[in-house]
Amino acid sequence: MLANYGYTDGSGEYFITVDTDKCVECEGRPCAGACPAGVIEIITDDYDDQVCAVRDEHRKQIKYSCAPCKPASGWKTLPCTDACPHDALTHSW
Amino acid sequence: MITAGIDIGAKTIKVVVVKDGELVGKGIVLAGLDTKTALDGVVKEALEAAGGLSLDDIDFILGTGAGRQEVSFANDQVTEVSADAKGACTLIPSARTVIDVGAEEGRAVRCRDDGKVEDFAVNEKCAAGAGTFTEAMARALEVDLEELGAMALRSTQAVPMNAQCTVFAESEVVSLLHAKTPKEDISRAVHDAMASRITSMVRKVGFQKDVVLVGGLARNPGFVQSLKRGLESDVLVPSDPEYVGAYGAALIAAERVQEGR
Amino acid sequence: MAVEFWRWKEYNWHDPEADPRAAEVLSVGIDVGSVSSQAVIMADGKLFAFSNMRTGSDSPESASKALAWALEDTGLTLEDLHYAVGTGYGRVNVPFAQKAITEIACHARGANFMYGPAVRTVLDMGGQDCKAIHCDEKGKVRAFLMNDKCAAGTGRGMEVMADLLSVPIEEVGEMSLDVDEEPPPVSSTCVVFAKSEASGLLRQGWPKNRVLASYCSAMAHRVCALLERIGIEESFAITGGIAKNSGVVSRIEKELGVEALKTETDSQIAGAAGAALFARALYLKSKSGN
Repeated sequence: MLANYGYTDGSGEYFITVDTDKCVECEGRPCAGACPAGVIEIITDDYDDQVCAVRDEHRKQIKYSCAPCKPASGWKTLPCTDACPHDALTHSW
Repeated sequence: MITAGIDIGAKTIKVVVVKDGELVGKGIVLAGLDTKTALDGVVKEALEAAGGLSLDDIDFILGTGAGRQEVSFANDQVTEVSADAKGACTLIPSARTVIDVGAEEGRAVRCRDDGKVEDFAVNEKCAAGAGTFTEAMARALEVDLEELGAMALRSTQAVPMNAQCTVFAESEVVSLLHAKTPKEDISRAVHDAMASRITSMVRKVGFQKDVVLVGGLARNPGFVQSLKRGLESDVLVPSDPEYVGAYGAALIAAERVQEGR
Repeated sequence: MAVEFWRWKEYNWHDPEADPRAAEVLSVGIDVGSVSSQAVIMADGKLFAFSNMRTGSDSPESASKALAWALEDTGLTLEDLHYAVGTGYGRVNVPFAQKAITEIACHARGANFMYGPAVRTVLDMGGQDCKAIHCDEKGKVRAFLMNDKCAAGTGRGMEVMADLLSVPIEEVGEMSLDVDEEPPPVSSTCVVFAKSEASGLLRQGWPKNRVLASYCSAMAHRVCALLERIGIEESFAITGGIAKNSGVVSRIEKELGVEALKTETDSQIAGAAGAALFARALYLKSKSGN
């Protein structure tokens, strides 16, 4: 499943996409621990799979929650996507 | 040398006249429906205040703000980011981070000691990140906008506000009122929510002291307090914070004349 | 305010022909949304009764009210029901539900039931959110996206506009289609800014139907952009309150070049219907486990 967490508003489009089929295969799921802002967690989804997800309290503000990893002066890599061994995580912005 | 800066924002028009580095005249007016008439009126007012000048006496006029292209008689235009930085750093030379929160936009600018911009971030096209948000919340709370900020200072406890959208926040405020939450605490929640959005923008540009807040929201003591709490830093507010953009534009206009541009 | 233009009709329904007491499993799904709540009762996986009403300030109470209303005149009581699943924004606060399941999974399953197994893309336009879901022939989610941060593209946004123009919400769609020529869409995404823009258009002398056309077209354009993120696969269905707004639906169909499936059932009950189907499956599973 491709889970898109985030939103679009007047200012733009902000989504973190998780390919949960890859999470199911993943051992250790290091993404959650890698995020300095605590945005990512591991949940049991509706189909009883252990997958990575964006924490509920961050879903409506990921533009702000993820801002420290995305300085205006330019950023190259993100701790969450770097940590993911299966390239299951992508940011839309 | 006499120059002028005209800042056409979403809600108000600000005009500043500068003579040899000194601010000699200023004026502010609601943009309203007929921007052109409002603009002509406020320019006249500022020129009057500057000692009865006429447009012909001005060496250079720079337009700034979201509606800057509407100043048909301007010699050129400058972005509000550059104007804010120049204005704020001239008024408060220690300023390194300038935050401008107006009616429809929020901006954070990191600048050098000479007022040149190093980095900036803008929050736009979403009412939740700008003054419109506090206006809507004042309406939902049925208090005057002026009163809203002062009310927050009397809050005794922090209550969470979950909505990130102005429209949804209106409903949330109504629910909080139904739940008998004191208006003072709701007001603080409103300003804390605004401030957290602005704070993250400031961190994005790389926060450096001193922090100067300009724009209409700088007049709101509740917002200033929330911002200080959010940034864990003091926040300096110049007198007449809504004029800083227009003032900066007038100063940049003077530089351009000197450089012969 | 004397007239509440946003207010839509609340109602309940049950199948007078059916004999629910003959059913092996009576399952119930409750969808407590931020604006509306629905209760759906299924007899052996077949739609038996439902209610559709506005959510009150207290979500457990809204859930109970919705269920009581669905049960009305059916001869059934809460004790007759075998399993209940809660979904929607208030899903964890449904007092009588044995389990809570996300609205994404429930909508996919409900759409599969209401529109048939050919449904691959579901667009749910609710009161305070907008969801786009890809599902397989069993109604299992393959991809989803949910936007509940911003009022643009939601029923709440449409309510704001109906209120501004003093047009009953149920008439917005038809009225917006009554224009000779499609006006340019409202340029602001943000509902607050779109509202000022619409006020400006009215002051310029635009008739209400033209302003509504402009807003419906902006809303359609916006949700199409959201759909692009997960892609469109046919068949396509629209659920939720906005599915009843012909002005938005026809403009979405036009922009996507795809026709939305029609249903005779209320488009707002998809989430609760899906929850009732999950409830049935969970009950059967629990029984076979014993």
